[in-house]
Amino acid sequence: MLKQLQSTLNWRGFVAIFGFFLIWYLACVLKLPGFAEMANPLEVIQMFVREYAHDDHYWLSWVTSFQRVLYGFLFAQLFGIPLGLLFGTNEKFRNLFFPVFELLRPIPPLAWVPMSILFWPTNESSIIFITFIGAFFIIVINVFDGVRDIKREHLWLALSLGAPRRVVFLRIMLPSVIPSIAVGMTLGIAITWDVVIAAEMIASDSGLGRLTWEGYVSSTPEVLVIGMISIGLAGYLSTKVVNTIESKMMPWRRVRR
Amino acid sequence: MAEGAALNTSEVHGTKSENAGIWLDQVSKSFASPDAGTIQVFQDLSVHFEPNQLHVVMGASGCGKSTLGYLLAGFISPDQGNVGLGPNPVRNPGPERLLVFQETALWPWMTVLDNVIFGPKVRGDADAKEAKHAAQGLLTKFGLADFADKYPDQLSGGMKRRAEIAQALINRPKVMILDEPFRGLDVMTREILQEYYLDLFEETRQTTVFITSELEEALFLADKIYIMGDQPARILDIIDVDLPRPRDFEVTVSKKYLEYKERAIERLFQSEES
Repeated sequence: MLKQLQSTLNWRGFVAIFGFFLIWYLACVLKLPGFAEMANPLEVIQMFVREYAHDDHYWLSWVTSFQRVLYGFLFAQLFGIPLGLLFGTNEKFRNLFFPVFELLRPIPPLAWVPMSILFWPTNESSIIFITFIGAFFIIVINVFDGVRDIKREHLWLALSLGAPRRVVFLRIMLPSVIPSIAVGMTLGIAITWDVVIAAEMIASDSGLGRLTWEGYVSSTPEVLVIGMISIGLAGYLSTKVVNTIESKMMPWRRVRR
Repeated sequence: MAEGAALNTSEVHGTKSENAGIWLDQVSKSFASPDAGTIQVFQDLSVHFEPNQLHVVMGASGCGKSTLGYLLAGFISPDQGNVGLGPNPVRNPGPERLLVFQETALWPWMTVLDNVIFGPKVRGDADAKEAKHAAQGLLTKFGLADFADKYPDQLSGGMKRRAEIAQALINRPKVMILDEPFRGLDVMTREILQEYYLDLFEETRQTTVFITSELEEALFLADKIYIMGDQPARILDIIDVDLPRPRDFEVTVSKKYLEYKERAIERLFQSEES
C-alpha cells in the first residue's frame, strides 16, 4: 500500500497536495464566494483533535456505518451469488424469474428508502435492506455473466475426462465464476458506501452519513469536513479489505506473469 | 509397415493402452445460424480412421474440421448417422477418446499437476498417490517436472501444449484427437513440438486424428492425409503418405515428400475452384 502511494506520489504530487490545502485555506480566509461559511483545514484539524479524536460518539458512527455496510454487503453476496448461478445454469428458473429481476433492477437503491421504512420493522433493518439492494443487483448480474462466459472447452474437457456433474460444478464452474464474483464485490462495496451514506442522511440518527449531515444542520462546517474525510477513509479501507479477500480467492491470478 | 504395427497394442509410459479405430457413418449435422438460417456442415459424411495410425485431417479454416473433431470426441451429436469407436457406436464424451483443443483448455485455477491428475482422480481409477506418481512420471517425460506446482498462466505456449497432451495421455485413451494443437506457436516451438509428437506417436502407435490447416505439418506427421472441402464438408482425397518412420525433418527434402506435396496442393486448388 505504501509502495503504491510512493509510486504515484513524486515531488509534483506533494506540491499538488500542499497546494490544494493552501488554496482551500486561502479561499476560506479571504472569504471567496461560497467559502464564507466554510471551515479552513486548520480549524478542521483543531476541531478533530479537541473534540472528536477521543469522542466515543464519533467512533461509534464509524462502527455503525461499517456494520450497515458489512451486513448489506454480506447479505447481497449470500443471496446474489446463488441467484446469479441459478440464472446462469437453470433455464427454467431463468425464464421464470429473470423478467421480475430485470423489472426491479433499474430502480435506484435510494428510491427504495420510503418503502423500505414502511416495510421493515426497525430503522436499522430498513437501512441494511437499502444497502443490500445497492450491491445485490450488481452481484447477481456479474455472476450471471460469469456463468455465461465459462469457456465451453473447460466444461467439455471435464466431461470427457469422466467428471460427474457435481465435480463439474464445484471444480470447473465455480472457479470459472470467481473472477466475476470478485468484480461484483469490488463494484458492490463501492456502491454500498454510496448508498449507506445517503440513507443515513435521509433516514437515520446515527452513522457517518448522519454525522456529516448534522455538521451542516448545526452550522458547524468543521464537522461536515470531518465527516466527509471519515467517509472517504472508510470507503478506501473497505476497498482494500475487499481487494485482499479477492486476491486470496484467486491464487492463480497473483502469480500471473 | 503400418499394417504390421496395427496389431500391436501401444505402450504409454509403461502402461498398456488398447487401441481402436474411430469412425463416422453417414453423419449429417447442421447448425442454426443467426443470419443465415441453418448451415449444413456435414451431409452423409462417412470416414473410417483405422487403429494405430496417425491420420491428419487437413483443410482450409472454416471447412468444418473442428466440428469433425467435436463429433468424434462426442461434444456434439450428429443429427443423423453414427459416430463409433471400434465396433460400437458412441454418444457422449468419454475418456477413451480425448481431444486436445485448439486454444489452451487447461484450467487456470489448478496447478499443472492438478490439471494432469484430474481425469484419474475424478473417475477414481487410481488412488491419489498412484495418480500423482503417474502424473509426475509423465511430466518428467515431457520436460515439465519443475513446473508441476505452477499455474498454467506461468507456462509458455509450448509448455502448455505439452501439459495438455500429458493431461490426455494419463487417461490412456484409445484415440487421441488433436485440433490444430500447435496453431499460434512460433515456428521454432512448433517444429520442436511436431518432432516431439512424432516421436511419441512412433513409440506408442496411438490411434491419432490430427487436425491442421498446414500442409507441411500434415505431410511431416501423417500416415494418411484426409483433404477436406467445405459446404457441405466432405473428404476430397485421402493420401497415403508412405514416408519412412521414424521421421525427422530431413524427410521434408526427399523426392517422395515433394511429390505428395504437389498432389495435395493440386487437390486443394481443385477444391477452391469447385
